[in-house]
Amino acid sequence: MIEAIVEAIRLAVTRIPDDVVSAIGKAFEEETNEIARFNLGNILKAIEIGKSDLVPVCQDTGTLTFFVEAGVESPYLGGLRDMLTEATRRATHEIPLRPNAVDVLTGKNSRDNTGRGVPIIHWELVPGDRIRIAVLPKGGGSENCSALAMLTPGEGWEGVRRFVLEHVKACGGKPCPPIVLGIGVGGGADYVLLLAKKALLRKVGERSPDRRIARIEEELLEGINALGVGPMGMGGKTTALDVKIEVAHRHPASFPLGLVVQCWANRRAFIEIEPDGRVEIWQ
Amino acid sequence: MRLKTPLEEDDVLNLGAGDVVYLSGTVYTARDSAHRKILELAGRGLPLNLEGAVIYHCGPVVRESPSGYEIVSAGPTTSSRMNRHLGGILSLGVRGIIGKGGMNPEPFKGRAVYFAFTGGAGSLAAKSIKRVREVFWLEELGIPEAVWVLEVEDFPLIVAIDAYGESLY
Repeated sequence: MIEAIVEAIRLAVTRIPDDVVSAIGKAFEEETNEIARFNLGNILKAIEIGKSDLVPVCQDTGTLTFFVEAGVESPYLGGLRDMLTEATRRATHEIPLRPNAVDVLTGKNSRDNTGRGVPIIHWELVPGDRIRIAVLPKGGGSENCSALAMLTPGEGWEGVRRFVLEHVKACGGKPCPPIVLGIGVGGGADYVLLLAKKALLRKVGERSPDRRIARIEEELLEGINALGVGPMGMGGKTTALDVKIEVAHRHPASFPLGLVVQCWANRRAFIEIEPDGRVEIWQ
Repeated sequence: MRLKTPLEEDDVLNLGAGDVVYLSGTVYTARDSAHRKILELAGRGLPLNLEGAVIYHCGPVVRESPSGYEIVSAGPTTSSRMNRHLGGILSLGVRGIIGKGGMNPEPFKGRAVYFAFTGGAGSLAAKSIKRVREVFWLEELGIPEAVWVLEVEDFPLIVAIDAYGESLY
């Protein structure tokens, strides 16, 4: 089972999901700016090399982040944290990944992507006997562009639009655009950022099932692409491949907004563990 | 245009923002910690000669084998983190910096250029890296932050900030 988790990590870092590749391909076809085409062309070549040579497409293989939907009757629940940690260790050596876990006090690199609090594991208990795990390797350059804004209810969704557009413009080329933007609205300061990060697991091009939210996603995507930041911040038509919004009810006095920016390498993989130990992996 | 390291003053003064350059020779990776280390040792036994050198803002994925180190994936990191060390590093004779996202144009004026490569395209960049010549401070700084001395061939780059203060950002 540890080997299966290693394979899912390998899939995530070496193969960019088809929905992301097709969005980048479309951006390349529509682009007329020569420098933007240089960058998008390089991205498409890098994706091909990752797939054919089974090497990480981006050298920043990120902080490994797992979202676990844990069926409370699964026989594997108790050992799962240890398995995810051991798989992270092995993946670092076998694939290889870049060792990205650094002690905050000494600056010492743990060399295997594990350490205090990492890999990051988010748990959600669900009924049943299956475990579903989403693997999200999250790069540092884009993560540095995350933001939390405690808007006032008076500003509301207008405030969301203003803040998102100002923020994406200010980030420029730093998060490796074209980005995928995860947005959380509601809940509280902690929960809104978790919602924003989870939003990145949805497929590029897939709209929110709530039509009102789907419309806001589309309007924001259009607004961001009108900014002209472009691939790598050097100008062009495509600044974002997609915008994903997840919401929760808010406190009457608060309007929390969380942004998690994902680079074009919107990497992910999923694992499902059956109660009999069978494992399925997909993107 | 093809360029070979070490870069001369004329090499960089002849470049304009938007030019495509194929770079061959040696590049030195350096991120946050390596910049601090280099500037701390400058004039006090720095083991690198950075006259005409090109610095690459990069923390590679490296595979270690009995025959040595292999660079598996090696795209650029966000350069703006190194803005605070830019004046210091250029004063050591560095003529070029490769990165992504851009930097303050002012310190480059009259002496150096900033080259952009596509962020995230690490597997493609690794194709231009022929071998690892040397590595400094690997034990102390770890793989991403160590200084990797890399031999590159026809590394395709865009001049994003030239020596006249013109910037594509």
